[in-house]
Amino acid sequence: MTTQSRPKFAMYWAASCGGCEIAVLNIHEKILEVDKNFDVVFWPVAMDAKYKDVEKMQDGEILLTLFNGGIRNQENEHMAHLLRQKSKLLVAFGSCANEGCIPGLANFSTQAEIFDTVFSTPTTDNPEGIRPQFSYAVPEGDLKIPVFNPVLRPLDRVVDVDYHIPGCPPESHQIAAVIDAVIAVLEGKAELPPKGSYLGVGQSTVCDECKRARNVKLIKQFTRIQEMQQIDPALCLLEQGLVCNGPATASGCGALCPAAGAPCAGCYGASPGVLDFGARMVSSLASVIDERDPRKIDIVLDDLVDPAGSFYRFSLAGSMLGTGKASWNGN
Amino acid sequence: MTTTNAKNGDHRIGVYVCHCGSNIAGVVNVFEVAKWAQENLADQGVVVSKEYKFMCSSLGQKLIEEDIQKEKLDRVVVAACSPHLHEKTFRGAASRAGLNPYLCEMASVREQVSWVTEDHELATEKAKAMVSGAVARVREHEELNRIRVPINASTLIVGGGIAGIQAALEIANSGFHVYLVEREPSIGGHMAQFDKTFPTLDCAACILTPRMSEVGMHPNIELLTWSEVEHVDGYLGNYTVTVRKKARYVDTSLCTGCGVCWQKCPKKVIDDKFEVGLGYRKAIYTPFEQAVPRFPVLDKENCIYFEKGTCKACEKFCAVGAIKLDDQDEVIKLSVGNVILATGYDMFDARRIPRYGYGRLPNVFTSLEFERMCNAAGPTNGAVVLRDGKTAPKSVAIVHCVGSRDKKYNTYCSAICCMQSLKFAHLVKERTGAEVYNFYIDMRTAAKDYDEFYQKVLEEGANLIRGRVAEVNDATLFGGEEGKLLIQVEDTLIGKQRQIPVDMVILAIALEPRHDSAYVARQFGISTNSSGWFTEKHPKLDPVATMTDGIFIAGCTSGPKDIPASVAQGSAAAARVVSYIEQKELALEPVRGSIVAEKCSGCRICNGLCPFNAISFDEEKYVSEINQALCQGCGTCVAACPAGAIAGTVFSNQQVLAQIEGLMRVPFHETQPAMA
Amino acid sequence: MDAQFEPLIIGFTCNWCSYRAADMAGTSRVKYPANIRLVRLMCSGGLDPTFVLKAFTCGADGVLITGCHPGECHYIEQNYKALRRVRLLTRILQPMDIEPARLMLVWASAAEGVHLAKEITQFVEEIRALGPLNWPLRTRVIEKPKQAAQLVEIPA
Repeated sequence: MTTQSRPKFAMYWAASCGGCEIAVLNIHEKILEVDKNFDVVFWPVAMDAKYKDVEKMQDGEILLTLFNGGIRNQENEHMAHLLRQKSKLLVAFGSCANEGCIPGLANFSTQAEIFDTVFSTPTTDNPEGIRPQFSYAVPEGDLKIPVFNPVLRPLDRVVDVDYHIPGCPPESHQIAAVIDAVIAVLEGKAELPPKGSYLGVGQSTVCDECKRARNVKLIKQFTRIQEMQQIDPALCLLEQGLVCNGPATASGCGALCPAAGAPCAGCYGASPGVLDFGARMVSSLASVIDERDPRKIDIVLDDLVDPAGSFYRFSLAGSMLGTGKASWNGN
Repeated sequence: MTTTNAKNGDHRIGVYVCHCGSNIAGVVNVFEVAKWAQENLADQGVVVSKEYKFMCSSLGQKLIEEDIQKEKLDRVVVAACSPHLHEKTFRGAASRAGLNPYLCEMASVREQVSWVTEDHELATEKAKAMVSGAVARVREHEELNRIRVPINASTLIVGGGIAGIQAALEIANSGFHVYLVEREPSIGGHMAQFDKTFPTLDCAACILTPRMSEVGMHPNIELLTWSEVEHVDGYLGNYTVTVRKKARYVDTSLCTGCGVCWQKCPKKVIDDKFEVGLGYRKAIYTPFEQAVPRFPVLDKENCIYFEKGTCKACEKFCAVGAIKLDDQDEVIKLSVGNVILATGYDMFDARRIPRYGYGRLPNVFTSLEFERMCNAAGPTNGAVVLRDGKTAPKSVAIVHCVGSRDKKYNTYCSAICCMQSLKFAHLVKERTGAEVYNFYIDMRTAAKDYDEFYQKVLEEGANLIRGRVAEVNDATLFGGEEGKLLIQVEDTLIGKQRQIPVDMVILAIALEPRHDSAYVARQFGISTNSSGWFTEKHPKLDPVATMTDGIFIAGCTSGPKDIPASVAQGSAAAARVVSYIEQKELALEPVRGSIVAEKCSGCRICNGLCPFNAISFDEEKYVSEINQALCQGCGTCVAACPAGAIAGTVFSNQQVLAQIEGLMRVPFHETQPAMA
Repeated sequence: MDAQFEPLIIGFTCNWCSYRAADMAGTSRVKYPANIRLVRLMCSGGLDPTFVLKAFTCGADGVLITGCHPGECHYIEQNYKALRRVRLLTRILQPMDIEPARLMLVWASAAEGVHLAKEITQFVEEIRALGPLNWPLRTRVIEKPKQAAQLVEIPA
């Protein structure tokens, strides 16, 4: 394949942490296969291409774009639309693009609360309480910065998405597998999966990969990991009272966290086909609590600290409600 | 056989709005609803939308059938009355037209709209919404077939009292095999303990024992007495029941029931079961003379041989060598298709009401003790005497509602005690001529010939005092009352406190559920009510079935009742069982959950959620599985599965979500913002 | 004249008790506000919290969940699961700025048509007092379940 005839590849980060980029680089030598098979035309972390380079491209000129990060402001939104237009295949890459991830937790707060936290902390010297102005007149002209959207949205609530690769970050071995699959398609050895498919995940949930022993569930009490004297290394964490999101989280990561003694936080999001991650956790955990008296049920639930945060830690922006309602009103 | 033309999700849906005379049309503008559906739900696939006066009539059904054929409909929505009335009707119509019956959905616009809404406009809008919900839902329906379950022709009946005996004979006479398991050494139940039965006063043994013999000799009945059910597996048509045949220490293949062993046995034991503590039996015994089977059992705990290693009188004197002192329990497995539980009742412990003095004051008796006393074959040969065994009482008090109708003990009425107490009044009068006082709250003599019996007892001179007895004590003060018991009671009809001295007190104690009824219920997968009685499927319309298909109940096991009612229920349960057996195979509604194995992670969260034990865990494949015959289709596991790996049929998540969306398509007033 | 706010409520009923109670309200001709639209489930234990979220995001101002009284569930004890799910779900709604009072659980046996109608009437007024929910992020289309991809090999 000559340099000219290699299909074009792009990767972009919106509101993200950079972990997805690192996960891609973490495929080690396989990155050379990416380079061999693709012409990387736009990847802000790795090369110095500009937005206007993308704007100059033809529609659909980029074969594959991995878009990570949530849509937080107008810049992210503009790039989402732009890359959608210029890409044949747009992939929501990583938890932020798929369901909002940690930046999505801002949806529990109003914009005013968010800005207060950023600009008026005890350690920030901002005595006049200055807040960003999205348009500010200076002698040289109007300075503009991207407008902050009141609510962070996942990519597929802004543009049409072809494929989903979830995870915070997607595990490097899964990214490698996806790259192999894409190369197989390029070489005519395989067909593209149906549009909307989830790639780099298993068919089931984390429990499927977790090696811990499990029994019929009956929860008498919830606890937190810092409150435990000893964690049984061989027994299901949920049965030990820890709020493990594994039962509802898509498999594919190899159940790394439970293997290390930490309850699954749910970073791979819901099993494909499930509409709301939090609803699954609410339904399953509540069903197996071993109490019938409403007052005793409440006592057990009191130990389940911050259920909204626990269950929607990664998936708030992508959940059915999507956001706390108050956040819409703060602009 | 479906005429489905769904390509790329395109459906051809027929909507039928029923007038139901004026029941619906009088409030809901059915014409407007039909027209609205035609215009506004066309994008959902509605191609036909009609209204008709009576959809459930044969003409109405024909309308649907013809349209299915002519218009090649692949889904049908009927907006009419409650599905509980006519879901089967319209599914039948669809089926006759070649459309899978489960592709037909009803919207309730009568019970839930026209009959409960004042404003006609609002009712019409709501009817549109209900139709819209049903149309959205029916798009997600799938073809289903009823689940076929073969029925094993054998039946297990647990409990050999009158209800169990009746059921056993009915089924056996129909030509099918019955296993009758009874935990006591003989069948007969409580009825065998009674003397005379109301209202006819025929003797219990006279009417019961012929039935017992019939059971004992019936070729289709396998009698397993002195046996208990240990474990139940399986589901309707296919139960495997583990039964423990307790060791009798008698070889039943040799024993002739001659009775020499128990005559020669030197060890007398107080019989606290059959004789309610009033009489004795031997260590090797049959509970009563007419026991069926005649084989005795040896009470190991009270046997000299088992205690000290000596005696063995029974073995010495047995002419046929039937005594088997090395006998062991035998555990067997029975395969049956249906089960009838006729386990009867236990009696209230009168010591729980100390102020009535039972157990402390010798001449206070319980009703069951008094039955034994009256019984000609009982411990006193039928003589009504005080605890000393010889003195006839000159005055007897009979206290109704002991432990019944009482917030502190049992809130229910025990149904039979008023008649039983009147019977006692009659028997006391007949045998002793004593003065009789019945202390009652209400007189419950409702069934056939019962009130006539009450009138007769009144004419015989029984004193009926309306008042709940406050106390029975022996604190006599006045001369002539020494040794008597005092009844302290408020006679509410004359409005005075009375203190009545009597020689004997009979407490009409409550009937209670068997004290292990909760355990038995769990074994068989049925439920009990808060008092402990087994719960029937429907208190009026299905009193002998339970929520678990294939498990039936008969007699007092579901609540206190008299002998005619118990017998009727025994026959009823038998009829239900025979109807299943005759069908050889049952078709069950396909409302079920099923686990998609690839999606199941084996987390086991669902495992403990099924009261019907339909969910099991496969240790090999490491996934959970649902038994389609045991599953009752409640949908709890479908809703609980964190992986979304359990799919429900007939009430799937997709269907409900679609219905919600459909319902919301119609705004409520202009104040409701339109859908974005 | 000012049009007063008319709430739209979705109610979930169970096939054996509360749906029959609603039917009984019908046969008894007991009137209740038309603001509620009922969905039939086999059991309150079959209530997936997703249904509640779906209702709120489709425009419902209140959600009423009904079922058999504790101890009387047709499926023995599944209504306890519904009870626990509702109690946990309520704790999720608060941080999302949905007033917990918008979600209510009512037990009604098949004979309690009048009781159910009363509860519905009262609930409608309570939601009216709370005002419209007007959830900003409307879900309109049923999202078809997405698949985890499996690579389709092209035969050689």
